[in-house]
Amino acid sequence: MDVFTQALPALGDAFALILQPIVLGYLVLGVVMGLCIGVFPGLGGIAGLSLLLPFMFGMDPILGLALMIGMVAVVPTSDTFASVLMGIPGSSASQATVLDGFPMAKNGEAARALSAAFASSLFGGLIGASFLTVFILVARPIVLSFGLPEMLMITILGLSMVAILAGRVAIKGIAAAGLGLAVGTIGEADAGGSLRMASYDIPYLTDGLKLVIVGLGIFAIPEIISLLRQDRAISKSATLGAGWFEGVKDWWANIWLSVRCSIIGVVVGIIPGLGGSVVDWIAYGHSVQTTKDKSKFGNGEVRGVIGPESSNNAKEGGGLVPTLLFGIPGSGSMAIFIGAVALLGSGSIEVGPSMLKDNLNFTYSIVWLLALANVVGTVMCIASSGMIAKLTTIRFTLLAPFLFMLISFAAFQSGQNFADLVALFGIGLLGIFLRRFDWSRPAFLIGFVLSNPVEKFTNQAFQIARFRFRESMEAGLEYIFSPIVLILLVITVVSVAVGIRQAKSILAEGDVKYGSKRAPFIFLSLIMGYFIVTYWNASQISDRLMGDKIIPMVVSIVAIICCLVLLVRMIRQPETDMVFADREADGDDADAAHGLWPTLAWFAGLLILSGLFGFIIALAIFLISFFRIRAGENWSKSAILTAIGIAFICFMAWTLNRDFPPGLLQDYVELPWPLGGA
Amino acid sequence: MKTLSKFALTASAAAIALSMATSANAMDMSGKTIEWTIPFSETGGSAKWANFFAPLLSEALPGAPTVVVKFMPGAGSTKGANWFQQQKDGDGTVMFGSSGSTQFPYLLGDPRVKYEYKDWNPVMATGTGGVAYLNAEAGAKFDGSANGLKDMNFIYGSQGATRLDLVPLLAWQMLGMNVEPVFGIKGRGDGRLMFERGEANIDYQTTSGYLGGSMPLVEAGTAVPMMSWGSLDSDGNIVRDPTFPDMPTFKEVCEATDGCETSGEAWDAWKAFFVAGFPSQKIAFLPAGTDQAVIDAFVTAFAAVKARPDFAEISAKRVGKYPMYVGAEAAQALGVATTVPDSAKAFVTTWLKDAYGVELN
Repeated sequence: MDVFTQALPALGDAFALILQPIVLGYLVLGVVMGLCIGVFPGLGGIAGLSLLLPFMFGMDPILGLALMIGMVAVVPTSDTFASVLMGIPGSSASQATVLDGFPMAKNGEAARALSAAFASSLFGGLIGASFLTVFILVARPIVLSFGLPEMLMITILGLSMVAILAGRVAIKGIAAAGLGLAVGTIGEADAGGSLRMASYDIPYLTDGLKLVIVGLGIFAIPEIISLLRQDRAISKSATLGAGWFEGVKDWWANIWLSVRCSIIGVVVGIIPGLGGSVVDWIAYGHSVQTTKDKSKFGNGEVRGVIGPESSNNAKEGGGLVPTLLFGIPGSGSMAIFIGAVALLGSGSIEVGPSMLKDNLNFTYSIVWLLALANVVGTVMCIASSGMIAKLTTIRFTLLAPFLFMLISFAAFQSGQNFADLVALFGIGLLGIFLRRFDWSRPAFLIGFVLSNPVEKFTNQAFQIARFRFRESMEAGLEYIFSPIVLILLVITVVSVAVGIRQAKSILAEGDVKYGSKRAPFIFLSLIMGYFIVTYWNASQISDRLMGDKIIPMVVSIVAIICCLVLLVRMIRQPETDMVFADREADGDDADAAHGLWPTLAWFAGLLILSGLFGFIIALAIFLISFFRIRAGENWSKSAILTAIGIAFICFMAWTLNRDFPPGLLQDYVELPWPLGGA
Repeated sequence: MKTLSKFALTASAAAIALSMATSANAMDMSGKTIEWTIPFSETGGSAKWANFFAPLLSEALPGAPTVVVKFMPGAGSTKGANWFQQQKDGDGTVMFGSSGSTQFPYLLGDPRVKYEYKDWNPVMATGTGGVAYLNAEAGAKFDGSANGLKDMNFIYGSQGATRLDLVPLLAWQMLGMNVEPVFGIKGRGDGRLMFERGEANIDYQTTSGYLGGSMPLVEAGTAVPMMSWGSLDSDGNIVRDPTFPDMPTFKEVCEATDGCETSGEAWDAWKAFFVAGFPSQKIAFLPAGTDQAVIDAFVTAFAAVKARPDFAEISAKRVGKYPMYVGAEAAQALGVATTVPDSAKAFVTTWLKDAYGVELN
């Protein structure tokens, strides 16, 4: 009880510390900087924080904290812009928001989607902070009760959301998730260092594919290409329908969903090692399961936006627990945060158990600065959402080249390697076909994101369990079947059972028509071929390194069985069966003004030119010819748009201290920045 | 008042730097940007290290050029090191920081290594130490020798047998302890968490990790320190770690333990990799072919940083209370860190294969 008598004065101290005009000023400054960086897909908090680091040394701790927290806190809020307006998952925190947010933008309800998302974010952040204020005092033993089996179960719960998002042919969704899992194992294994589907001759692959690139490739590129082919605005109606006030009302009407998803966010956020990758999928799954009329999910259901957005800001608060109490960062930006706290106050404050004992007022300041930053950031976002939503009424052909520019730049930042751009194109192509043949892209992404945790926790939990069983049977069983594991197991089974029953009515990616047999058949064969190669490749690894081979092998066997079932169904059913779904057969894509390949060739052109002349020169050629030839604008307008684009990207790269991809030309000629690349 | 004294300190440090710089040579780097590339992500220990030194270096170099830290993670730091090998920019605007994780693949002949330490110009090096500790149950059986621990089973959360974890794993094996590593954790903090959850019952941390995260466990009685790796005296002998003068070194524990020998193949291999991984863990380099005047300017600048009156205080928490080597000392540290006898290399390669099935190429 004395913990609480200690807590109240500390809380008072914290508020006295925060509510000073100068502190609030720094907070607002951080928020504004965070907003500017957050709308950039793929950069997020890490880029912003490393930008601030040099200024942290010797700064007054509370001011430095206000600045940093302001920046970190708004990233999961501001990346909503990219998810909703462009269908680009800005960071792992907004993957699920794309599913319903982007369709809403297409329906002309961008402002409504944005403001519902922001209202939920704000509320989630506040719930998170209030919950944490009490919870942080008792959090340590609870965090320590989440061992490897418990983390594995949470990961599996996240994976079970595939059941809801699998689409109309459930087995196809499982195969798509399997493909995500298999692609996620590419590279050097964590456990024994064996290579899977990679070679030391292609060093890029040994590190595996990055989430930024897979997210952009699977979601953003197919959408951009599809819209570009139709040559219209994102919003089908020329005028914006529901305004921002509508969105706030939507959130109010679903306040209990928002509360529940916020709690999910905090609780999953406090478990170190999971981070944000599962939170929004669990929240999305929960939103679907608790909605009576499920037919609108995937076509612009506002609850599909409210759920994930409530959870992802609450998660940031939850993520403070492992960061502050154990010194273990829950995410990349939290890791830099720890480093910055050490810089502040010249090392007198150090994250770890002492944050609770000696620096409780400081800890509370962090929690509530985060909540306050949420409020400030959200208000700014809502205020600007009406205006920014107008972007969706602009002719998309004028927007797309800038998007290609942004996603190429973002992809390059993940590895600073030209191979990043090649990988982006390759994954983008896969995304286009997954979309065309109605293979669930969310299922693929869930598989990819959870591939590493599944493998890691399975191997580690297995190793420790074996150790316990050697001690005694009881010790082993007690380790594996702890009460938390059993509870999670029940939740998972229920959610799968409910999910499978409902999956058919949830068209996460809209309705798809049927076409001829040939194209879907060829695609299925290719996917199956990939699984067979993966299986063979993993089977070559030495048996001593079982941990490196078991997951790719098991995943490919399950996926091959799914593919075989699909194959049989394809052979036996007529071509009107939904297994033959093909967007090119009928609908928007089939009626599009431009073909797939010519459109894709523009993007390929940008990448090839970058490989030859470096990014900036390539971009200049690409932008001006695109505006002139594809968009049919006159020379002067094309030149002005090109200049704006290049000036913008150079300014962004210069402030963030980033380089552009160099090409062959730069190997021979030394050019000044920005032409010269690295 | 606080600001005033801080200002005074900064001013005096700058004055020292300035006087030293002018006496060494008349180089001026004002207006230039120095890019200090770290082959790891923004989140690791090397990032903290470079971020700590960058502003100090900028202040100390003639003309106060901007020093920015760049990150080039990939392939366990071999990507960045391979990149640095290609750099021929000798004007001081390109710098590199390597760590034990860059040194080990080089020593072990990793097929991805395309870099050669001997080509580079070291300007500064810092070291660290490490402490191994046990849970309370095992700690009760520890009496300065590992004799009582031989029939226990240990679990250890490890980042990988070819990384810095090679040093503790080999040490425990030499003591005859049965330690099973659980591979695939992402940092030593995760290893400590596994220990705190009771899933692991043995752990090791580098000095800063031990002071920040593990000391509270020792105070609470849930962890018992076992040994430090020690540190090197000027003759290259292993002596007690100055940060932990009351803790026996691995050498002492080994001498007290039946069957563990502080000479011979295993010991030489362990010592070689300990030296490569800890006492000169992080080294700052200028590329091959850099002008001697530029190298001198950097050496002088780092010497000025080291001579700051507040250096001991501000560096203690960030890089630990370990010696910082500058110039010739750094070159010497590098020499020790990157020379491993072939026999030691062969021993470790065979051991990694026999014990963990890890093949290096």
